Amino acid sequence: MAHKEVVLRTKDLKAHYVLDVPGGKKIVKAVDGVDLEIRRNEIYGIAGESGCGKSTLMKTLYGLVNRPLRLINGSVYYSKDGGAFDVFSLRKPELRRLRWTYMAYVPQGAMSIFNPVIKLKDTYSDFLGSHLRGKTEDEMFAIAKEHIDQLGLPVSILDAYPHQLSGGMRQRVAIALAALLRPSVIFADEPTTALDVVVQRGVVQLLKDIQMSLHNTIILVTHDMGIHANVADRLGIMYAGKIIEEAATVEIFKNPLHPYTQFLIDSLPQFGDTGERASAPGQPPSLADLPTGCAFHPRCPKAMPICKVEAPDMTVKGEHRVACWLWDEGGVA
Amino acid sequence: MKPILEAKDLTKVFFRGSLLARDRIVAVDNVSFTMNRGEIFTLAGESGCGKTTVARMILGFEEPTSGEIVYENEQERKDKEKVWFSQRIQAVFQNPFETFNPLRKVEGYLFETVRNYQLAQNRADAVELIDQKLAAVGLSYQEVEGRYPSEFSGGQLQRISIARALLIDPSLLIADEPVSMVDASIRMSIVNLFRRLRDELNMGILYITHDLATAYYLSGQIAIMFRGNIMEMGPVQEVLMNPRHPYTQLLRESIPEADPDRKWQGRISIAETEQEEYLRQGCKFAGRCPKVMEICKNQVPDTVLVDGIHVKCHLYKGTASEVEGVRAKPV
Repeated sequence: MAHKEVVLRTKDLKAHYVLDVPGGKKIVKAVDGVDLEIRRNEIYGIAGESGCGKSTLMKTLYGLVNRPLRLINGSVYYSKDGGAFDVFSLRKPELRRLRWTYMAYVPQGAMSIFNPVIKLKDTYSDFLGSHLRGKTEDEMFAIAKEHIDQLGLPVSILDAYPHQLSGGMRQRVAIALAALLRPSVIFADEPTTALDVVVQRGVVQLLKDIQMSLHNTIILVTHDMGIHANVADRLGIMYAGKIIEEAATVEIFKNPLHPYTQFLIDSLPQFGDTGERASAPGQPPSLADLPTGCAFHPRCPKAMPICKVEAPDMTVKGEHRVACWLWDEGGVA
Repeated sequence: MKPILEAKDLTKVFFRGSLLARDRIVAVDNVSFTMNRGEIFTLAGESGCGKTTVARMILGFEEPTSGEIVYENEQERKDKEKVWFSQRIQAVFQNPFETFNPLRKVEGYLFETVRNYQLAQNRADAVELIDQKLAAVGLSYQEVEGRYPSEFSGGQLQRISIARALLIDPSLLIADEPVSMVDASIRMSIVNLFRRLRDELNMGILYITHDLATAYYLSGQIAIMFRGNIMEMGPVQEVLMNPRHPYTQLLRESIPEADPDRKWQGRISIAETEQEEYLRQGCKFAGRCPKVMEICKNQVPDTVLVDGIHVKCHLYKGTASEVEGVRAKPV
């Protein structure tokens, strides 16, 4: 991609859940040292299993850090109008003004966000009414209609109650709502999970349409590597609160460097091949009780003595970054 | 060899809405299939296609509106001996976190099954039997003893619930979306477990899923359901690699492949409501079918045999022999 203007930058971002438990505190290291540079005009995918911290990373990037989640280290810089701002230095009203207009967040299970007792057009006018001043009901309805139509969704849904729509259509309306005010950055957390394959394809189609028409940035979190292969321009693989590998999507699938990424890709069954597929041994670690050194070492077939002691730093190979001792300068690779 | 399970013209009708304006939803519409021992049979389709209703009828949770289910030993089922029936058929469900009561130790479920079926004389025998079944799923009694569901991962819990089902040596295991809540890296360990159960214990497994990739990997026969109807049925190799029904073709194309060189091509439309498709006259898929013809909109297609594959589509009318006894009734 020609465009390399960075829209979101983090450095050593750490956000932990600090829980009071009998006899002390329990610390869940959900985001534990994440460096990201996400660009304008791209779909950036974040992949990882449940419990690896990817939803918490989303919330932190969006500035939604509420107790028991606490920001431990780092900042989240967004570029806007030639300058940059740190999402954690903003006061609440400033942050509220930016939400939905500059950045929007589609949480997991977004299809159940709608008020079940009002029609969708009322949800739309509620939403528009709280973000745009001085519009009449009719003007707002016209905006909603035009928006729905542009995205290729049937305009008749505005007259429906949420329960009358299929799950896939509700999910698409929720995503469309997030794009209504043309935000520069959209976070989508597991937007295709729990949907059927045909509906997944519809949701992905919509995300791509939105990105193409707004030329903005979409950050897509899902555990489904098939979805990432289809939409993401670049891909970050998350494991135990850290990004352990990052590269262009094609590069990740063609040339995965981290043993965990290799497992993620190799364990997927492929059509036309019924040969036995291996799965990664063991379980993902608990974020409250991480192994020493590299968090993947207890499951890693290539673990070396150093992996148990010290966590590897990112090794940068052009556009491909990987955190693994195998690829560290002076490693055996 | 006698089939382990035979569903004949299975139909289930639900009513929705108020007394005056109610919709008649045919959740399962004349579904017929046969399963043999040592076979994994997949019932695949999107949510709301009726596949779970079929499973519930087989398990006896739901009474069919019409049609019948014939088990390996038909006579005993007719005597309403549900005890016999449950001794031979076991089920594993979708969400392992909902299967177990969070306040109860996991081992309690295993001992309860042993007690209910009087599988052991004393506690030592029971522990031995439980340990043996847990070993079959890659766990041990030591790992499970005294622990609560929250101390296990979803994959482990799912394997424990499979071990519980194995306690009574079932001849048929019904697995309703057993891996959809389990993480990718663990998923294959469960899927591989099903393959082992089939090969080593000669167990029949009814695998209900929307995930065609694991269906392909696991099963022999597959039936593709859509809005209550079996649209296509046959050997998995044929149905998924060379789909004949336009709906199967759409499903097959829509599976996201983990290969950035093979992205989705073309655009699709999806239904506004599920009800609209259930209430449709003619072929239920007509509203979204790329090959729709005039006849599809008002006449329900018959199921025809094309090269040994059952296909319910007007496109194949006249090109093949119609299947006796599975002609669809007009709704």
